[in-house]
Amino acid sequence: MIPAAVRYVRATSLAAALDALAEPEARVLAGGQSLLPVLKLRVARPSLLVDIGGLELRGVESRNGELHLGALTPWTELATAPELLRPALAAISECAAEIGDLQVRNRGTLGGSLAHADPASDMPAVVLALGARMQLRSPDGEREIPASDFFLGPFLTALSARELLTAVVVPLPAPGSGSAYVSVEHPASGFALAGAAAFIGPDGGRTIAVTGVADRPFLLPGSDPGEALAAAEIYGDAAAPAEYRRQLAEVVARRALELAERRAKEDR
Amino acid sequence: MPDHLRFLVNGEARSLEVEGRTLLVHALRDGLGLTGTHVGCDTSQCGACTVLVGGRAVKSCTMLALQAEGAEVTTIEGLANGGELHPIQRAFVEHHGLQCGFCTPGMILTASDLLSRDPDPDDATIRRSLRGNYCRCTGYDAIVNSIRVAGATLRAETAA
Repeated sequence: MIPAAVRYVRATSLAAALDALAEPEARVLAGGQSLLPVLKLRVARPSLLVDIGGLELRGVESRNGELHLGALTPWTELATAPELLRPALAAISECAAEIGDLQVRNRGTLGGSLAHADPASDMPAVVLALGARMQLRSPDGEREIPASDFFLGPFLTALSARELLTAVVVPLPAPGSGSAYVSVEHPASGFALAGAAAFIGPDGGRTIAVTGVADRPFLLPGSDPGEALAAAEIYGDAAAPAEYRRQLAEVVARRALELAERRAKEDR
Repeated sequence: MPDHLRFLVNGEARSLEVEGRTLLVHALRDGLGLTGTHVGCDTSQCGACTVLVGGRAVKSCTMLALQAEGAEVTTIEGLANGGELHPIQRAFVEHHGLQCGFCTPGMILTASDLLSRDPDPDDATIRRSLRGNYCRCTGYDAIVNSIRVAGATLRAETAA
């Protein structure tokens, strides 16, 4: 399979990338682990690929009580970043270490995956549960929106056509917090049939987000995952009918909660 | 409209005219004649096309050739030192790590990435690292053994 003919430009700066995105049928190329497969299937047929792979948007940095996760940080780097070793933040590396396979994790990036917004991808649940903000840049300037306003539907986000996701900003949790990500994967594709991320604050407050079970990842209202999922609209297909998925989501949510609770006791 | 690609392949500076859509695997196989890199599934699943880019295993069917501009690429042809097989290659030969051999270049280059990060991986770690490499001769046990042995050889060489 070979992608349809397409022009290619290597962006040397953020400004140059945003300029190139003025072309209506342009697509942003980061690690390419989501985009290349759809280009090869010719599901996507952009006129121009804007390769942002060389931009300085890589790495994990602690700044003003917040963690800045660069959009171009590959999964392998995120899985081993020393800044993420705290039990309070364990969900991030735990999730990153299980995405795809070694080769995909070497090239696939945090921002590329989030912007692609596959409804069965793992990391969206984690950024939702940790109360992260998405840092976006367009020719009009920079804006930040909560992760809960970013995912709008299958492969649909709040990014406008000439906007780039530059970083994910995670508030540093108070000592005594814990987080976890647990999923059950489709055995062939590796994508989540149901995935859940849980965050527990030092006061015992719970935040749970699920992925793979609806048209987009979402935060569960209230603190009882069973109740919240019973009221949610759940997606079903041949691999996992809706009622099975609903039950699976509750199981992974409870497991993630238990794990996060245990971690909260070790966090300081 | 072809673009000009310049990169380092197996230690040698190479340049090539490629299209924007040209995949790295095709640049290597058709452009440079390095047919040791195999096309198996062509859908990012099987890992037969695995090469090292900057020392890290990647699927060359899921990367544009132009994304390798300026990069250091190692294919299976670049692993042996003249006539002398690389310790991972030798371990695969000596411990029956291959039957038909189609998946072998990818297996060996993935193993190379793994052992460069973790010189003494346990079997569970080796198996996890091979998740993106399929062997349809069902030879996984022998492949895991080969990588374990290669790790020991490489550790001994480093210590010596």
